[in-house]
Order: sequence, then C-alpha cells, then structure tokens
Amino acid sequence: MESIFFLVVAAVAVISSILVVTCKNPINSALSLVMTFFCLATFYVMLDAPFMAATQVIVYAGAIMVLIIFVIMLLNVRVETVKRGTHAVIAGSAIGLFILFQTVWFLMKGSMTGKVGDMTKEQIVSVGHVELIGKALFTDFLLPFEVTSVLLLAAIVGAVILAKKKI
Amino acid sequence: MLAIENYLIVSAILFAIGTIGVLTKRNAIVIFMCIEMMLNAVNLTFIAFSRHLGNIDGQVFVFFVMTVAAAEAAVGLALMIAFFKNRESIDVEDVNLLKL
Amino acid sequence: METIAMPAINLAVIMPEILLSCIAMVLLLVNVFVPGNNKAYLGYLSIIGLAVTAASAVGGWGPSVSAFNGSVVQDNFAIFFKVIFLISAGLAILISDRYMVQEDCNQGELYPMILFATVGMMLMASGTDLMVIFLGLELLSICLYVLAGWNRDNLKSNEAGLKYFLLGAFSTGFLLYGMALTYGATGSTKIQAISSYVMGNPGVASNPLFVVGMLLIAVGFSFKIAAAPFHMWTPDVYQGAPTPMTAFMSAGPKAAGFAAFIRVMIFAFPMLRAEWSDLLWILAVLTMTVGNIIALSQDNVKRMLAYSSIAHAGYALVGFAAVNAEGAAGILFYMLSYAFMNIGAFAVIILITKKGEVNGNVQDLAGFGHKKPLLAMVLSIFLFSLAGMPPTAGFIGKFYLFSAAIKAGYVWLAIIGVLNSAASLYYYLRVMVFMYMKDPEEDFEWAGATPAIAVCLLVAVGATLVLGVVPGTVLELAQKAVQF
Repeated sequence: MESIFFLVVAAVAVISSILVVTCKNPINSALSLVMTFFCLATFYVMLDAPFMAATQVIVYAGAIMVLIIFVIMLLNVRVETVKRGTHAVIAGSAIGLFILFQTVWFLMKGSMTGKVGDMTKEQIVSVGHVELIGKALFTDFLLPFEVTSVLLLAAIVGAVILAKKKI
Repeated sequence: MLAIENYLIVSAILFAIGTIGVLTKRNAIVIFMCIEMMLNAVNLTFIAFSRHLGNIDGQVFVFFVMTVAAAEAAVGLALMIAFFKNRESIDVEDVNLLKL
Repeated sequence: METIAMPAINLAVIMPEILLSCIAMVLLLVNVFVPGNNKAYLGYLSIIGLAVTAASAVGGWGPSVSAFNGSVVQDNFAIFFKVIFLISAGLAILISDRYMVQEDCNQGELYPMILFATVGMMLMASGTDLMVIFLGLELLSICLYVLAGWNRDNLKSNEAGLKYFLLGAFSTGFLLYGMALTYGATGSTKIQAISSYVMGNPGVASNPLFVVGMLLIAVGFSFKIAAAPFHMWTPDVYQGAPTPMTAFMSAGPKAAGFAAFIRVMIFAFPMLRAEWSDLLWILAVLTMTVGNIIALSQDNVKRMLAYSSIAHAGYALVGFAAVNAEGAAGILFYMLSYAFMNIGAFAVIILITKKGEVNGNVQDLAGFGHKKPLLAMVLSIFLFSLAGMPPTAGFIGKFYLFSAAIKAGYVWLAIIGVLNSAASLYYYLRVMVFMYMKDPEEDFEWAGATPAIAVCLLVAVGATLVLGVVPGTVLELAQKAVQF
C-alpha cells in the first residue's frame, strides 16, 4: 500500500518537475513547481516529519512561490519564443544526466550507515515533532539559529536597497 | 517504512532535472525556479537521511535551507527587478556574455 | 513537559562576530536618524568598528576554544583569517567613498552591508559545523549579490549582480547536496564528529556515498573561490561590479572560501589527504593556466585583474595540493599579501576611471606615468607584486607555496606554477609599458587621490613592501596558525 502510494507521488513529482523545465510560459512553470513542492511535502509526512511538511507548504509553496509569481506578473514576462541554442540544450542535458547517473550509481553502491541517533517513530508521536525540532534548535544549533537572524536582516536591507524606487 | 534508497533516488532525479533546467533555460526567473527545485531535492535527501539515522540534525538543516532560500528569493527577485528596469527583459541571453 | 537544558554558552568565542554585527546594526540606525546627505562619516565609523573587532579577535590568540556544542571554534587559524577579512573590508571601505560619490550611488547602507559580509566570512573561518559554514557562506553571498549590483542605474552592475546571484545560488545547490550526502554517510554535521567517525570507521572513506558527497562539496567551494573549470562567472561579475566591491570580492571572500575549504577538507578528513591531493593538483594546474592564458589577451584592466585573480587562486591551490603545514601556512600568507596588493591595484584603477565608464582600458593609461609619476610608481609596485617579483610580498608568498609543493614531492607542479608566473609577467608589464612608454591619444586629466584613497594606498604599498622584505614575523604567525 505504502509503496504504491510512494510510486504515485514520486511519478507526479518527477513529471511536474519535468514540466517546470519544459513549459514555455513561466506561469505554467511556477504552477508545476508548486505541484512538486506539494509532492515533497507528502514525502516529508511519509518520513515522519510533519512539521517540515507544514513548513514546506507554508514557506515554499506559500511565501517563495507567491513572491516569484508576483514578480512574473509585475515584470509581465512574455512567453519564451526563441529557443536557446541547441548546443546549450545538449550540453546542459548531458551534464545533468551525467550528474544523475553518477549520483544514482554511487547511491546504489553506497552502504548506509546504521542508526546513530535516538529519534524513533514512537518518540516523534509521544513527544511531538515540533518539540523535538525546537529543542534541537535552541540547544545544539543555537548559534546557526542566531546567525539566520543576521542573514535575514542583511537580505531585507539588500532587497529594499535594490528594488526601492527612490532611496 | 519504505527503504530509504527510494527517496534518495527521487531526490537525485529532481536534482538532475533542476540542473538541466538551470543550464538550458534562458529566462532568469525560470532558472531561479530550477535552483529552488535543486534545493528542494537536497531537502528531501536531508529528511530521508534524518529519518534513517534517527537523528534530528538533518531536519534542522532543512529548516535553515528554507530560511536561506527565502532570503535568496527576496534578494534575487530584487536584482531581477533592478535589471528589468534598465533593460526591460530578463532573458539571460540578453545578459551580455552570460555563457552558461 | 521536560525543561530544556541549555548548553554552555561561551560568548567570548564569538565576540568578534557579535561586535561587528552590532556595529553594522547601529550604523544602519545612525544612517536613518542622522540627517544630512554626506554619508562619508559612516565609512570612518565602520573603520573604527573594524579596528575594535580586530582587537577583540586578536585577543583570542592562543589555544583553541570550542563553544556552542562544537559549532564554532576560536583558534589561531580562524583568527589569522579574520584579520585578513577585516583588513580587506577596511581597505575596501576606504576606497568606496570617492567611487560612490562619483557614480551617484547610495552610500548609507553600503558600509553596513560590507560589515555583514565580513561577519559571514568570519563565521566561515571559525565555524566547525557544516551548518555554520553554510550560513556564514550564505550571509556573505547574499551581501555580495547586493554589493555587486549596487550601482542600480548601471546596466553592467545589474548584470553582474544577477549573474553572480544565479551562479552563486546554483553552486550553493551543489555544496548543499554534498553536505547532505556527507551527513548521510557519517551521521553528523559537526566537523569534529565527522572526523572521529571517519577515524573510527576507516571503511567509510571508500563508501561511494561519502566520496560523492565530498566531491560535490569540493565543486561548491571551487565555485566560490573561482577555480577553473568553475570560474566562468568571475570575469563578468568582477568587471561589472562597482570597482571597490570588485576589490573587496577578489580579496576577502576568496580568502573565506579557502578558509572553509581548508577547514572542511583537512580537519574533517585527515585520512583522505592523498585522495585530496590528487584532486587538488588537477584543479590547481587548470586554474593557474586558464586564468593566465585568458588574461594575456585582455585589454580591459579590470577584466585582466579578474582573470589574474583566477590565476592567483590557482597558486594558492598549489599550496593546498601539498596538504602539509607549509602549504597551509603559505596560503594564509599569500591571502594576506594578495589582499594588500590587489585592493591597492584596484584603488589606482578607481582613480583612472571616469564617471559611468566601467571600462578602464589599458590604452587609457597611456601617458599616466608622466602625468602622475607617484601613482604610476605605486601601481607598478602592486603589479610587480602580483607578478611575483622580489622584493615584494607576492614573491615571498609564491616562494613558500611552491616550496611547500616541492617538499610534498610535486616538483613539476611547482615548475608549472613558475612557468605560469613568467607568463603572467607579460600582461602585468604590458600595463606598465602603456603607462610609461606610450603617448596619450587625447589630452586627459586624471583626478588626484582623496585622503581616504591615499591612506589605503599608503597602507597597501607599505604592507606589500614590508611583507616582501621582512616576512619573518608574519610567516611565523601563519605557521603557528596552522598547527592544528
């Protein structure tokens, strides 16, 4: 049952990600990308990470994609008419496929490391996923957490400087 | 639970499709979307490993990747708007000498 | 609900980072609330801030202290690099004022952005958790995308920002994928834990999962330090970005890339040094050769310096390929001297470019030597140092890098490096030929140096010569810094 469900979601994810690349209209690409993001959120649920699934939908499909679609509308991006030079397509696809084969080959050959942590499904259910992540964020990863605040401030200032009409 | 390799292979496929998109598309916004797809593929890898290892670190990493992706989106789209104001186009082939 | 036990927090370890981000935020507020259009004073305030930060960073010199559950460390290696970053940020700020006024750019937020970028670089050097290194790198990159596109009304600058952004984010994807696979293979993102896992399980070194993860991390870092074949963004970005920012990008962030690269490769994977060596010398040879050969045919001085900066990354990689203490110390010394000589050269370029013209062509320099003899001499010193002629810092730096390679058995690698240096003489000397031996086609008056640029030039020339003549003390410090 689970494997059938996985196959369906995986097929949808791959097809919609191919559509992102092949669609001529950027809006279609953006909508296909939202589809891919939802499929990934489904995977996260299947991997017992419900909080990450929610964040995926809220941050990616919600915030980032809305921003992208907003910019597409604002700039009134026209449909791609001229094809990129065929040599670029061939070279790009070759590099991409090479990466794919290499990675998959390594993954198939690679042996997995055994369990190192103590996070189990029972624990996730009993303690709660959000609590687990929150605890990790405020203990082990306190410094990275603080660094993100500086990063977001710098990004806000930078975006305003670049896009504001009159400073 | 399904074997972890299934998730890893799906994420490798998504990563490769994203790479192909970055290298073959000409519209800067679509290229940016393909980059987001690559980052998402990485996120899937992280969460799959996190589940497999029984270790929350990978999910915390995903948390930070999402934050960074949002910050990058803000800055990148601002750059595109600034470029569009001067050029009225965001095709990368109009970006002089941009040989990808 | 159990209470969360907070880990021991040692703020002293990240004091320089805290100080510098606070100063940057204060400057942002000062910029908003203090009226007036002349923002030059913000630059001087940030120089003071950088000096205070440098003092606090140097104060930690000594045995290494780790904090935040092993996410960050204060060791001599990080401190040496932090000083390089702070110096390059300070020199870049000194030369920004005149350029930004000339190009009608917004100045108020420029200095805080440079300071934020510096915080990112410092975190890359001191981070011992892949997450901290990644976030430091992103903080740096996001600031640099903005700084490259700072001149909003100039199409070249827009292009530079957009191109840098797209390729930077693309390379981040590879870096992250590599980190994910490494995490999967070793079960941790902390360099200490990865290292001890690899020590405890030698089998993991040949685990394909781990190997491909390491390769992808290497690809990601190679993008950031502009090593061939991942250098294609460099020339356009360096040429299009505002000149002071080009100077900054070529000195600080490149050093930061090396700091993180060395930290990850040598600290986390001590077992794999032989494998690294093989990968790195190929990278070094490619990078030196590609950078120098293309630089030979450049007419634009900024673009020429961009290709030369690729070549210089190649020289530093020679020391990296040696994977011994001498090589690492050589990189530290070389990055320090490169910051001085390269920012100095760009400072002179700022003085010779007219408003709106991003292209300072080599032909524009005709007659410069006779009209501005002092500036021309200063530029010649920088170019000699970049070419690696004694008695300048560039010579000593290259000498140590190449001798480290010879010590590690890579004699022919050192020979290729020396041949490349000889080839690079041609394009550096060509600039001097134009300065001293050609007559100008049109009458053109170059503006004089402002006090800030004069200070920058003075410091840079002084350091280039002092490091070239009496390198002993700094080299000793560099050697102490790499005793892991």
